[in-house]
Amino acid sequence: MDTNTILVGLAGVLALAAPILFAVIGETITERAGIINLSLNGTILLSAIGGFAVACETGSLLLGFLMGMLVGALVALIVAFSSITLRQSQVAVGFVLALLGRDLSYFLGTPYMNISGPRLAALPIPFLKDIPVLGPLFFRQDVLTYLSFAIIFLVWLWIFRTRPGLMLRGIGERPAAAFVRGANVNLMRYVYTIIGGAVIGLAGPAYSLNVKAGWMGYQSGLDGFGWIALSITIFGGWNPLRAAFGAYLFSLLQWLGLVLQPVLPGIPSQVLQVAPFPLMILTLLLVNISNAEWVERMLAAMPEGLRHVTTRLLRAMRASPPASLGVPFESE
Amino acid sequence: MKKNIWVNLGFQAGALLVAMLVTTGILAAAGAPPFQAYWSMLKGAFGSWDSIVTILISWSPLLLTTAGVLITFSAGLWNIGVEGQMGVGAIFTTGMMLLLQDTSLPPALIIILGILAGIIGGALWAALAGALKVFGGVNEIFGGLGLNFVATALTIYLVFGPWARPGVASMSGTKPFERELWLPTLPGTSLSLWALGLSILAIAAVYLLLRGTHFGLRLKAVGKNPKAAFLLGVPTWQYSMFAFLLCGALAGLAGAIQVVGLRHNLLPNISNGYGFLGLLVAMLVNYQALWAAPVAFFFVALNTGSVQLQINYKMDSSFAGVLQSLLVLLVLLGEGARQRFLGTARKAEPSESEIRNKQVK
Amino acid sequence: MDVELRDIYKTFGAVRANVGITLRVPAGTIQGILGENGAGKSTLMKILSGFMRADSGGIILDGRPVSIHSPADAIRCGVGMLHQDPLDFPPMRVIDNFILGRKGGLLPGQAEAARDFKRLAEQFGFSLNPDSYVDALTVGERQQLEILRLLWLGARALIFDEPTTGISAAQKEKLFAALRLLAEQGKTILFVSHKLEDVEGLCHRVAVLRQGYLVGEAQPPYTTKNLVEMMFGKSISAGERNPCAGGGSTLILDNLSVEDYRLKVRDVSLDVCRGEVIGLAGMEGSGQGLFLRAVSGMVRTVGGRILAGGKDLTGKSYHAFKRNGVAFLPAARLEEGLVSGLNLTEHFVLSEPPDGFFINWEQGGALARERIAGFNVKGTPASTVESLSGGNQQRALLALLRDPLALLLLEHPTRGLDIESTIYIWSKLKERCKQGTSIIFMSSDLDEILQYSDRVLVFFSGRVTPPLDASMLKTDKLGQLIGGKGWDEFTTGKSA
Repeated sequence: MDTNTILVGLAGVLALAAPILFAVIGETITERAGIINLSLNGTILLSAIGGFAVACETGSLLLGFLMGMLVGALVALIVAFSSITLRQSQVAVGFVLALLGRDLSYFLGTPYMNISGPRLAALPIPFLKDIPVLGPLFFRQDVLTYLSFAIIFLVWLWIFRTRPGLMLRGIGERPAAAFVRGANVNLMRYVYTIIGGAVIGLAGPAYSLNVKAGWMGYQSGLDGFGWIALSITIFGGWNPLRAAFGAYLFSLLQWLGLVLQPVLPGIPSQVLQVAPFPLMILTLLLVNISNAEWVERMLAAMPEGLRHVTTRLLRAMRASPPASLGVPFESE
Repeated sequence: MKKNIWVNLGFQAGALLVAMLVTTGILAAAGAPPFQAYWSMLKGAFGSWDSIVTILISWSPLLLTTAGVLITFSAGLWNIGVEGQMGVGAIFTTGMMLLLQDTSLPPALIIILGILAGIIGGALWAALAGALKVFGGVNEIFGGLGLNFVATALTIYLVFGPWARPGVASMSGTKPFERELWLPTLPGTSLSLWALGLSILAIAAVYLLLRGTHFGLRLKAVGKNPKAAFLLGVPTWQYSMFAFLLCGALAGLAGAIQVVGLRHNLLPNISNGYGFLGLLVAMLVNYQALWAAPVAFFFVALNTGSVQLQINYKMDSSFAGVLQSLLVLLVLLGEGARQRFLGTARKAEPSESEIRNKQVK
Repeated sequence: MDVELRDIYKTFGAVRANVGITLRVPAGTIQGILGENGAGKSTLMKILSGFMRADSGGIILDGRPVSIHSPADAIRCGVGMLHQDPLDFPPMRVIDNFILGRKGGLLPGQAEAARDFKRLAEQFGFSLNPDSYVDALTVGERQQLEILRLLWLGARALIFDEPTTGISAAQKEKLFAALRLLAEQGKTILFVSHKLEDVEGLCHRVAVLRQGYLVGEAQPPYTTKNLVEMMFGKSISAGERNPCAGGGSTLILDNLSVEDYRLKVRDVSLDVCRGEVIGLAGMEGSGQGLFLRAVSGMVRTVGGRILAGGKDLTGKSYHAFKRNGVAFLPAARLEEGLVSGLNLTEHFVLSEPPDGFFINWEQGGALARERIAGFNVKGTPASTVESLSGGNQQRALLALLRDPLALLLLEHPTRGLDIESTIYIWSKLKERCKQGTSIIFMSSDLDEILQYSDRVLVFFSGRVTPPLDASMLKTDKLGQLIGGKGWDEFTTGKSA
């Protein structure tokens, strides 16, 4: 394989990662506010067919993407309403919505099976596209992939470098303290859940109008993306940069699965594609183990000096989810 | 008390009605005459002996996974990994039978050993999720999801790798077992009364377990309030692990039955969504085992009937899934609305320790 | 800022938390607010800081009536509150905590905030690194951060809720110096505490609350006896004592040590005889709760030995303690004691050792009916526990205890109960004692401690007195010990 092929392949990885990336970033926004939107898998499929259908009917890609965002926002609204206003289990409602969205998309998608629709074209950026290595890698992509690059940094900036972002972190971390500082916690949770949902809703059309344009029902290859995105959100530690790393790693492994197929005939590509999951479970284990009771018991049995050192070590390893993730908030 | 039951029933009926209204709208929007579509579904489900047999065939795995998740739900656990547990059960069964098929053991024994292996496989996979939860603090939803993917990958690896069908490996699965290694079926159908009997036995056992045994009562106590259960003398984490093991065993049995009773080989996606559907059934019956069997039957009847939509109207059979999950969603929302707007007065002042707990958490 | 509370009323269900409280605090004053747990101090301060709304009454700041609906309103009016457990964001940096909540543009204005932070910190001699993370700070440092933050937001009246709990002596000195400086600048300080020494040493004036009423005010020089009397009321006659019934010890503690993240209880030795009642006194969080849970086997000890019912149970699990006749009843009855959603029969079945695989519901129902009658629980075997009143929940918990017991440990056995239930519960407990069970209980009700205990252990910031003979103990002496005074006589020997 020559350098050029590899570069084109890697550029493809970046484009391939866009749907996952939107989903992960949207979920990161939502969970930062303390709400789990477990409906991802359904939301993505439904926004994919919704976006594709609208783009086919109107011929407008833009309307297709807007439709995807609308679908995502609406599903998120149901999640927000049932968990914030009706105080039902976020997990239960999200799970049901995941299944509902999936089946609904297959049902509604039948008339659009295997028809050719519009597809986003590449938009090389003048001058930048000619930079060696970087040009072919980053600057010969399409608008949506550029947007996926941008959204990583925009959301990161918003969460970690702005005043409202600071409050967002506060709301997910300790809503009571955010309330004391003047935040309308439940309203903000609604807003961020819906915005996050709209971003998640971009993932669908990013796939059905770009990565693999069209709708092929069960053969679309999009089913399961949502569950993957949920896992990558945890892997990403609720930080857009780490989450993006996770998404790219995942796409890279998928691509390697295809590329290495001839080299490793014994291992089907699907196996390489799930390689991140044991890795994810291991990460979760390392991150959470200090919460386990037996660790506490073991610590209590240690001599004082060793105990302090071990406690320190476990603390350093722990990546902290927003402390109030999934916990409803009620002011007096 | 009496009045409450009627209000409850009213809300359930309301949810069903709204779900039907919405799906009717969806049908109309998709271009099918709704009432004829419903009629053809009904006919598709119950119109012939064949279709009823089809319902009974898919009823078994759903009954088994539902029975399993009823146990984990009782213990307050969201065992979303039940799909993977079913898959690994199927893998273990296939493995055991591949190992034994060329020996001189009697076929019946091979089948029994295969099923036992499936039960053990499912339980082991569940134990893994349980251990991650109990000893590693990994939430069972994410542990279970991850393990589902790993189970799928494992299946695909085996189907395309070591256990590949001679000649060409494909998504259609491993080479089917010899006829003598199939579970006996009713003549002319693929309905195995053994599978059906085992499943009905399983759901009845779970009903009895949760209703009439010390084990079930303790499990419920752990699920509703682990702290109080611990203080009352229940070894909490051991019971959580038990719940995982039992659920995994039942899911493993479901996988085993798919292999020996229906498919006669291992293929990707052998769990076929029965795990997730089981979770839906359990949620719809509000985690009460008594209604699980009829609701599961209703669900598979919907699945079977919706195939007619595909034949008559060129519509996707996932319509059944839409109706099922919409129903559960509306029941959940209705329950929330009832508690919020009609429920008893909200708790007065939370105690000091409650506030602190909330904040520290 | 002049702060005036006028005729404040607040009730929670049947509990009257504030009854017609009127209090004026002129600018530049450090006002102490004294009272035992549940006296209504916290409610009053939560009303002033916007956390709760009064049923009636008004708040007047600098002569102008204001309406405060939320903590954000309060800070806009210049009133800020420091909570006992600081309401901050542990995983974030100090400077982020400082900025969070301040209105302004899209960007947080970090450079300017850091400048202000440094200036304010220097003014009070606080040395806080703006870039360190809050979860690495001590409670005292987190308080300092909150003070600076509230001042930066323009607070002119500051409420401190038990600020000296869990901080070091040096930090306390620093805190007091800062408070005096703030008062000199004309700020108003409301200092809520139960620690007599702190209040006496710091406050310009003291208001005392008891059972929702403002029962008195005092100015220096304070007499401790007078303050204690106002806090706890007149002492009542002690109840009947059980001299040791003989038959040896049910519990022996040998230099027991236990600790959590904020408290250390060291080297407690105790020998409890059959039928004896030991009362644990002290303000909430002084170490008695930790001690009680250690003796029940729920919290691991870090040193010493526990012998209960003649067996060495050191390091054993809670269930091993339970098997050896040690029972524990938590204060949070519905959170920890009972399982909501299960009925009384199910609870009785749960509490008995299983007698086979299947439940004999008839036998369970009979047991439930018998115990319900025996303990006078107002409910049926099919009543779910959350439908019972607090008193009946407590009766149910007592009815669930197995026979026989060597040792019974109780957290606040009668908290929130009416007189009738209280007397009933204690009559049942005393019956147990006659059968040889020893009881250790904690309570914030001094009357309860003095009336029912044979001996008393007093806790203060993790320190423990030796067992004191309850018949020789007077309310005022007990009140002083709880408030941290009069401990000198115990320092000569080994503590407890």
